[in-house]
Amino acid sequence: MNLEQALEIVSATDPGMVRSHNEDSVACDAAMGLVVLADGMGGYNAGEVASGMATTVIVTEMRPVLERYTPLEGDIRTVPSPAQKLLRDHIARANTAIYQASQRQPQYSGMGTTLVVALFHDDKMSVAHIGDSRLYRMRSDEFSQVTKDHSLLQQQIDSGLITPEQARFSANKNLVTRALGIDPAVEPEIHDYDTRVGDVYLLCSDGLCDMVSDEDIGMALQTLGANLNLCAQQLVQMANDNGGRDNVSVILVKILHNYAVPRGFLSKFFRWLK
Amino acid sequence: MAKLILSMDGLVLKEYALTKERTSVGRKPDNDIQIDNLAVSGDHAVIVTILNDSFLEDLDSTNGTLVNGQPVKKHFLQNNDIIELGKYRLKYVSEQTGQATTADFEKTMMLRPGAMKAGMAAAAVAAPAASQSTVVGDTTVDQGPALATHSAAAPAPAPVPAERVGMLQILTGGNAGREMELTKSLTTLGKPGVQVAVITRRPQGYFITHVEGAQFPVLNGKTLDAQAHALDDHAVIELAGVKMEFFFKA
Repeated sequence: MNLEQALEIVSATDPGMVRSHNEDSVACDAAMGLVVLADGMGGYNAGEVASGMATTVIVTEMRPVLERYTPLEGDIRTVPSPAQKLLRDHIARANTAIYQASQRQPQYSGMGTTLVVALFHDDKMSVAHIGDSRLYRMRSDEFSQVTKDHSLLQQQIDSGLITPEQARFSANKNLVTRALGIDPAVEPEIHDYDTRVGDVYLLCSDGLCDMVSDEDIGMALQTLGANLNLCAQQLVQMANDNGGRDNVSVILVKILHNYAVPRGFLSKFFRWLK
Repeated sequence: MAKLILSMDGLVLKEYALTKERTSVGRKPDNDIQIDNLAVSGDHAVIVTILNDSFLEDLDSTNGTLVNGQPVKKHFLQNNDIIELGKYRLKYVSEQTGQATTADFEKTMMLRPGAMKAGMAAAAVAAPAASQSTVVGDTTVDQGPALATHSAAAPAPAPVPAERVGMLQILTGGNAGREMELTKSLTTLGKPGVQVAVITRRPQGYFITHVEGAQFPVLNGKTLDAQAHALDDHAVIELAGVKMEFFFKA
């Protein structure tokens, strides 16, 4: 069972109703089990450059590594997992590339991007994110947000200063506390999750979650999960119907089959125990 | 810059700009907004401002604080909220758009530790259980002025409902006669795994789109393709062997 057969991946990106440029960038590679979404920021078109560099560097540089990679007996239970190390290294490379470009060119000064990456491997998903682009999961009619925003608003919610309902009305929306490419080094947040057949994952930029309620996003995934293309189009359409004040991007990944990596006796035993 | 307009009996007394992280309100002279009236406590309330948001907190005053007629302990201030302390009214006016255009409004921006400090210090006072703020290095990128021109918040938009509400009436089969109101933005029809279509409710009206199944829905006698199709009043839909009529509620 190769990844291309196990995963159905669809993406859509749209400038929205207000912006003239699309500074979001999405990249998907089903054979690698890799999806990347970035929401760029910076004056003029610097955002476009930053997000484009993020997705290109990560996908291009991870490809040869993943093609060569064979999991070893010792992989089970290593913390952090090899997948996490891989993501961390390549995110660091993307960060360096964007940061150096911003230092060399005055018009790119201060540019950066949010990032959300998911790497599917061995019936698991490793998720790395920086900023306020999100990953959600729909599992058996239960819709939940997997990543926690790196934003001022999220910190206010965490400290009890503001409720999630009030946060929708805040004028401090869209202020992120972490970004890719802004500093010489950045700390992404990376976690591993088990996946199940039937799961649908949604990666999106804030152009979606700021314009459409979580309830409506969940409803779209639930009712249109059988047709991912239509689902992606519907999400973008809902964002635009509600004003489309920002670029909107979505990536949908549906788990069609198990994709565990076949291994020796010991690992089979551990998996049976899980 | 957000501001408060103090008035009594409809007469405007003074305007106060919310420049500080903490703006105190009370009878004592050391308050930023001093109201010399016995119905107002010595230290009656405080307004905490974090960048573009302001929060009102009643400081256990004797007579309490109302916002838009409701007694509050803590309140997240929205444009045009009326705060009442005794016979006095403070109207909260949030920052005007000014320079920032609508296009700037939703822009994601990086929050620098410097700009953050003022905000988080105020937050730390207001909520003792404040989480650690993440410090992202020392380099100063000049984002300050850009943050200040953030326009006033618009509440998260609810979808503007089509003026008329659509209804569906089943015409044939076991459920013939049943009526359904199409209030949600998405309503699915049909049998999952066999044939499913979705009716979407948009500002422009209602649309039907095929979701899954070998057979496509039939609209007014014509088999549809994969595109969305607008539903006119009294359209007849045929799906999974069942006929139904779409119409607008009178």
